[in-house]
Amino acid sequence: MSFIAKMLDVKEELLELYEANSDTLNLNSSEVMNGFREEAIMQFRKKGIPTRKNEDYKYTELEPVFQKDYKYRFAPKKITFAVDDIFKCDVPELDTKILILLNGWFISDEAQLQELDNGVIIGSLAEAAKQYPDLVGEHYGQHAKTSIDGLVALNTAFAQDGIFIYVPKNVVVAHDIQIINILLDDESLIVQHRNLFIMEENSEAKLVICDHTLSESEFLTNSVTEIVAKSNSRLDIVKMQNEHNKATQLSSTFISQKRSSNVSTNIISLHGGMIRNNVQVVMEEEGCENSTFGLFLVDKKQHVSNHTIVEHASPNCRSTQKFKGVLDDQGTGAFNGRILVHPDAQKTEAFQSNNNILLTDEATMNTKPMLEIYADDVKCSHGATVGQLDEDALFYLRTRGIGQREARLMLMFAFAYEIIGEIKVIPLRDRVNDLVEKRLCGELSRCNNCAMHCG
Amino acid sequence: MEKEQDTILQEVTENDYKYGFTSDIESDSIPKGLNEDVVRLISAKKNEPEWLLEYRLKAFAYWKGLKAAPQWAHLKLPEINYQDIIYYSAPKQRAKLNSLDEVDPELLATFNKLGIPLDEQKIMSGVAVDAVMDSVSVKTTYKKTLAELGIIFCSFSEAVQDYPDLVKKFLGTVVPYRDNYFAALNSAVFSDGSFCYIPKGVRCPMELSTYFRINAANTGQFERTLIVADDASYVSYLEGCTAPQRDENQLHAAIVEIIALENAQVKYSTVQNWYPGDKNGKGGIYNFVTKRGICKGRNSKISWTQVETGSAITWKYPSCILRGDNSVAEFYSVAVTNNFQQADTGTKMIHIGKNSKSTIISKGISAGKSQNSYRGLVRVTKNAANARNFSQCDSLLLGDKCGAHTFPYIEVDNKSAIVEHEATTSKIGEDQIFYCNQRGIATEDAIGLIVNGYAKEVLNQLPMEFAVEAQKLLQISLEGSVG
Repeated sequence: MSFIAKMLDVKEELLELYEANSDTLNLNSSEVMNGFREEAIMQFRKKGIPTRKNEDYKYTELEPVFQKDYKYRFAPKKITFAVDDIFKCDVPELDTKILILLNGWFISDEAQLQELDNGVIIGSLAEAAKQYPDLVGEHYGQHAKTSIDGLVALNTAFAQDGIFIYVPKNVVVAHDIQIINILLDDESLIVQHRNLFIMEENSEAKLVICDHTLSESEFLTNSVTEIVAKSNSRLDIVKMQNEHNKATQLSSTFISQKRSSNVSTNIISLHGGMIRNNVQVVMEEEGCENSTFGLFLVDKKQHVSNHTIVEHASPNCRSTQKFKGVLDDQGTGAFNGRILVHPDAQKTEAFQSNNNILLTDEATMNTKPMLEIYADDVKCSHGATVGQLDEDALFYLRTRGIGQREARLMLMFAFAYEIIGEIKVIPLRDRVNDLVEKRLCGELSRCNNCAMHCG
Repeated sequence: MEKEQDTILQEVTENDYKYGFTSDIESDSIPKGLNEDVVRLISAKKNEPEWLLEYRLKAFAYWKGLKAAPQWAHLKLPEINYQDIIYYSAPKQRAKLNSLDEVDPELLATFNKLGIPLDEQKIMSGVAVDAVMDSVSVKTTYKKTLAELGIIFCSFSEAVQDYPDLVKKFLGTVVPYRDNYFAALNSAVFSDGSFCYIPKGVRCPMELSTYFRINAANTGQFERTLIVADDASYVSYLEGCTAPQRDENQLHAAIVEIIALENAQVKYSTVQNWYPGDKNGKGGIYNFVTKRGICKGRNSKISWTQVETGSAITWKYPSCILRGDNSVAEFYSVAVTNNFQQADTGTKMIHIGKNSKSTIISKGISAGKSQNSYRGLVRVTKNAANARNFSQCDSLLLGDKCGAHTFPYIEVDNKSAIVEHEATTSKIGEDQIFYCNQRGIATEDAIGLIVNGYAKEVLNQLPMEFAVEAQKLLQISLEGSVG
């Protein structure tokens, strides 16, 4: 059977799965989330799972991963153990408020949704949608439009739980918030969680998101995260992706920025069978600043694809995108970045760069840095390189008595540090630094537990 | 100040198309429409051998099977009615011409208005011209000088008659008829074009040049150019075009194929100035061209240089396949769009041979309400060890209603390859203009100065005669368009 026919089967199966379980879905969820399902499944019926014919997925082949046999769970699995027993984040001095998602379901010994003293609300999205329907309803599904991507439509149709974070006006969150996505099951599983983060005016927070697989089964994660940053708010996100080779992670993040807000995202892809990160930023009002950084290290047959769209919809905004990759063995990587400057978004400054190092002839890198500009008073640039380490630099180090291997590692590490240096959570930066160094030395080929756990 | 600039802007944008005139020449046209009979008729009219007719029919069958023109380009493509086009139109054949006096005076007048060097004095400038007036070559000069060196430079239909083996050997080897929608269309109905063969070890002593000129209303032009440079030969080829003003849109779907064998070098330069449509976006030529060269032998080199100022829609990607080891490919482009013009242009560099090198320099300039895109691909295949590419794609925006876009694709499968791409987008700095104003240079001249400086890297690549024309064209299309 051809790929396309098979993909149609997969699509039909998912549609059937939805039909068969839509009552369960609607019964267990709040109205806010249910309100989007019908439209979403209709869009999914229309769009299906993106194939390589779709320009945005030209370099990412989703067919093989969707064709595996997965189980779908419509209710959280009862766990009989304390999460602390199986998982402990041990980054030294990382003092965070930890939220845990197990296979996409929020689990906690305490309440499903907590309101902290400073008014910050954190916890389960399913619970938040019940307790604060207005707050969730105002933003849910407003930024991740089901009409743009089949994966978003699929997630919106099935989404039941995820993380909800609300930071009220003028609050600076002192403790960094850490979200840990744990995948643990005896069977292969599809997980589709949904996150919503709302930053009110003048608020500030730092977020660490870690992805881990704790069992050998195959996982397919298709997550959607919506982030709203209101005026003068500031949000720094670090995403650590560290899953095993049989895991697929498709993660779509939609960021909406209001006047003078500042959002930075830093995606560190340490490990994973297939990773696809979609990041879409819309700077809706003047004076916004956005940074989107990424570092990926692939080996074996892994694939990492970063796809970004930074939309300058208003004047006087500034954006920086920087993605770097080191590709080993038969690893493949892709970067597809787009800067879109709307008409009249004058005084825009938008920069984008993508640098890659290929270590073997079997490794492949595809990159597509795009500019789409409809305003004239702008400063935009993009650059992309694919190559290897600088021979001159290597020679320089060797003339100073540094061995070939050491010199290569030093240069590779320096290459990666440009991204690591941007991590705003200091203890984490040091840890990632350490991990990347080990990874490049070949000492840490795969880390089964938390990125912070292995050492 | 602003007001003055507005006036200049208005003056320039309202400039009528300088080359907009129609010469009245009796045309030998066939009725509108496209079907298998038309393909057969074109072939019969040109007295073509059986294999060529078969090639056309195969291409036509393939084209018929295609649903529609590709939609991936950043262009708003209008619906084109392919049945509403005349697929063959030749100036009426008279008896064989022996001297210039026998050439239709109307035709000569047209060429004179364009300043095409056809007559005696032009011999001094050393340009051999194969003038294509609507599809059929009318006159070829310097054939004799070239013949002495063994160089073949003639119209495509002559080549089919006189050198069928050469044509058959190379036709469609670089751009097969299945390549794309417009290539298939061209392969089915191509009317005429140029054929050029440089034998082993010969360095062509002059610039070979073809002037294209679209004439006769409702005529689609389907040129076909084939250039073969045998081992260790060199040729520089010029292509330039101006077209008379028309209200109806005209379709142009040409194919250019270049084959460079071992140690051969081909330099192909284009100045394209077809009618871009009026300031309201009415009319203008649709230019869908497939140009591709192959560096087949070791150490071969192909260089494309283009200055694109005309056409309502440009869809053009002169490409190179670097198959030979140590082969070199270059692409230099200036694309200017004004008013409602749309351009989606760029290149493809496919590295297959070891140590192959390519350079891409693209300068886009958009003004008015135009959209200008660079779209390029650099692919390094697994065996292309030490391949090297450098791309630079800059855009200059004049006015706040236009758009400039960059869509580069980079695909690398080899670790020893080094591929670099960089692009910037900006507008002419007010301080730059102010600096010039201060020194007594009027705004209009200052912009000309800056734009020419900006495009210099590419203009420098053009042969002398073209460089002058290209500079003039840039001035005409752009001076003062900064508001």
